[in-house]
Amino acid sequence: MADPENYQFLNIDLGQYVEDLVDWIQTNLGGLLDAISAAIEFVVANLEGFMLWVHPLVMAAAIIILGFLRVGWGFGIFCIVAMILFFEMTLWPETMSTVAIVLSASFVALLIGGPLGIAMARSDKVEALVRPILDFMQTMPPFVYLIPAAIFFGLGKVPGTIATVVFAMPPAVRLTNLGIRQVHEENIEAGLAFGCTPRQLLTKVQLPLAMPTIMQGVNQTIMLSLSMVVIASMIGAGGLGNVVLTGIQRLNVGLGFEGGLGVVLIAILLDRVTQTFGQSGASGSPLYKYLKAMWWTRSDKDTATSG
Amino acid sequence: MTQKIVVEDVYKIFGPRPDQAKQLIEQGLSKDEIFAQTSATVGVQRASFGIEEGEIFVVMGLSGSGKSTMVRMLNRLIDPTYGAVKIDGNDITKMSTEDLIQLRRRDMSMVFQSFALMPHQTVIENAGFGLELAGVDKAERDQRALAALEQVGLKANANSYPSELSGGMKQRVGLARALAVDPTILLMDEAFSALDPLIRTQMQDELIQLQKEHARTVVFISHDLDEAMRIGDRIAIMEQGMVVQIGTPDEIVTNPANDYVRSFFHGVDVTKVFTGGDLARKDFVSVIDDANADPGSVREQLQRNGHDSAVLIDGSGNVTGVMTEKSLAAANSLNDAFIKDIEPAGADMSLSEVLSRVAHAGAPVPVVDDNGQYLGSVSQTHLLKTLDRTG
Ligand SMILES: Nc1ncnc2c1ncn2[C@@H]1O[C@H](COP(=O)(O)OP(=O)(O)OP(=O)(O)O)[C@@H](O)[C@H]1O
Ligand SMILES: [Mg+2]
Repeated sequence: MADPENYQFLNIDLGQYVEDLVDWIQTNLGGLLDAISAAIEFVVANLEGFMLWVHPLVMAAAIIILGFLRVGWGFGIFCIVAMILFFEMTLWPETMSTVAIVLSASFVALLIGGPLGIAMARSDKVEALVRPILDFMQTMPPFVYLIPAAIFFGLGKVPGTIATVVFAMPPAVRLTNLGIRQVHEENIEAGLAFGCTPRQLLTKVQLPLAMPTIMQGVNQTIMLSLSMVVIASMIGAGGLGNVVLTGIQRLNVGLGFEGGLGVVLIAILLDRVTQTFGQSGASGSPLYKYLKAMWWTRSDKDTATSG
Repeated sequence: MTQKIVVEDVYKIFGPRPDQAKQLIEQGLSKDEIFAQTSATVGVQRASFGIEEGEIFVVMGLSGSGKSTMVRMLNRLIDPTYGAVKIDGNDITKMSTEDLIQLRRRDMSMVFQSFALMPHQTVIENAGFGLELAGVDKAERDQRALAALEQVGLKANANSYPSELSGGMKQRVGLARALAVDPTILLMDEAFSALDPLIRTQMQDELIQLQKEHARTVVFISHDLDEAMRIGDRIAIMEQGMVVQIGTPDEIVTNPANDYVRSFFHGVDVTKVFTGGDLARKDFVSVIDDANADPGSVREQLQRNGHDSAVLIDGSGNVTGVMTEKSLAAANSLNDAFIKDIEPAGADMSLSEVLSRVAHAGAPVPVVDDNGQYLGSVSQTHLLKTLDRTG
C-alpha cells in the first residue's frame, strides 16, 4: 500500500500556515474585529428589535399593502395567505428574526458591494483584480464561510450575519459593475456634452441607467442572504433556519416542513417585491400607478394655483 | 459675419504611435495603408475650416469618413490628437477641465442619433437636464424646460416618460433638451437619421423655422444628400477623414471637387437644389430705369449691348415690366411694349416652380427678392444650360 505521505516532498503544511495567519489576525487585529462585530451587532439587534416591537398584525398588514401596491391583486392575496400561515405555524418571532438578519446582511453587502462595483466599472485594473476573487468566492461551498466567521466572531447572530454578508456580496458587486459598463455610449456622451462633472456623470447618468441591473444584483444578494441565513443557523444565527435544523436533529418532519415553508414564503415575498424596484420609469402595479397619477395631477393643480 | 468655430489643422488618430501615422499621412499614404503599417486608425486628418456664426453647417460623407469624430472634437468629447479648435477665438484643446465643463453648459449642446434620453426621467426632466447639471433651481428649470418643449410642440407630454413616446417625439425631446440651455452652438450628429422620411422632413422644417426665430450656429452631421441640401447653408464633404470640399449646396453641385463628391450628387434632383436667386443673371438683359424712354432708343441700346430683352424698373428698384426686341418694334411707348402675363419669380422659389413660369413666358422671367427688388432674369436657354450641366 502506498502511503500518501511519501509524496510530500516540499513539506508545505498549508493547514499550519492558515492557523498561524488566524493567530496573527486575532492578536494583532483584535480591535478591528471587535469594531466590525459591534457594528454588525448594532444593525442586526436594532432591526430585529424594531421588527419584533411592531405589533404582528400591523406588520402583516403593512406587508400585505406593499404586496398589493407594488406587485398587484393576485400577489396581494398571496400575501394574505402567507401571513395567515405564519400565524398558524406560530413562527412569527423566528420569521422576523430571519428577515432582520437577511435585510441587515443584504444592507451591509450592498454598502460594501456597491462602491466596489462602481470602482470596478471605472477602472479596468480594479476589475481585473476583483473579478477572480469574486469567482473564487462564488465557487466556495457556503459551509466554508462558517468556519472563519465562527473562529473570528464566535457563535451567534453576528458571525451568522458576517458569513451571510460575505456569501451574498458577489452578485451585488458583479451586477453593479455590469450595469454601469452596459450604459449606452450615447447616454454617457449626452451627459458629458451637457456638462457633467465626473461625479454628476455617475449619479445622474450611470447609476440611474444601471439601476435595473443593479436591482437585479440587489435581488440576488437578498436571495443568497436568505439561503445563507438558513445554513448559518448551524453557528447560532437562529430564526427559521434554527427551526429547520431542530427538525432535522429530532427527525421531526412536521417542524422541519414548517420551517422550510416559512423560508420559501419569505423568499417569494422578498423576490417579488424587490423585483418591482428594478424596472425603470413607471414601475409598480396598476393600482400603484393610479395612486401616483392621482398624486401627480394633485400636485400639478397645487403649482398651477400657487404659481 | 464672424467665425464662431475655427478648426485649425486638426488630426485625430486612434491607436498607438500617432506620430508615425501622421508622418505617413504627410507622405500621402491612404487610411488603409496606414492602418496596415501602424495599426492606427485615422479618424480625421488635415482638417482646417471655419464655421460662421448663425449658419447651418452640414458635414457629409460616407460611413467611416470621420463625421462623428469631427463633431465630437468640437466639444472635446474626443480630444484632437493634433491641431486647435477655437470657439469664439478660445482654443478649447488647451482648456482646463473646469473651463470645458462651463463651456459645454453655457455655449453648446448636442442632439444624438439614438436620442440618448434618460429613461428614468420624465419628458420635462429630460428637457431640463442641462439646466439641472448647471445647478439651476427646480422652478426655473421647469419653466425653461417647458418653454423649450413648447417650441418643439411637446408641452402636452411634459409628464410622460420617454418610453411612452414615438421616435419623432423622442427626438423633439432631444431637441428641447438642447434648446433649453439656450446655447449658441448646436451639434447634431445624424439627429434625424433614425426617423422615418415624413417625420424627418417635418423635423428639418422645424429646425429651419427655429433658425429663423433665433439663429444659432448649427453643425449638422448627415449622410443624406437631400437633407444636407435642404437645411445646409454650407456643406462640408468628408472623405477618409479629410474635408475635401466646402461650399454652398449649389456651389458643390455645379463644381464638385473630385469624383467622390460628384458621386454623391449623381442622380440628385437639381430642381430641388437651385432656387430662383441662384439662377438669376443680369448679363443678358438691359435694365432700363426711365419709364418715358422712347422705344426706339431702347431698341438701339439692346442692339448695342447684344441683348434681346429689357426690364424696366422704377425708382425703388421694383420691376415694372419686361420688353423684348420684337415687342418694342411694334410699340409707341414702353407701356405698350410690355409682355403680358409675366409674373416675376421669387428668389427662394425652387427651380421646378421657376421652370414652369419660364416655360410659359414669352420672355426672360425677372427674379425679385422678398422686397420686390430686381435680382436678374432667367431665360429658357439659360435654364436649359443649367439643367444640362448638372444633370
Ligand atoms: N474610439 C475609436 N477607436 C478607434 N477607431 C475609431 C474610434 N472611433 C472612430 N474610429 C474610426 O474612425 C473613423 C471615423 O469614424 P466616425 O465614427 O467618425 O465615422 P462617421 O463618418 O461618423 O461614420 P458613420 O456614418 O458610420 O457614423 C472610422 O474608421 C472608425 O472606425
Ligand atoms: Mg457617425
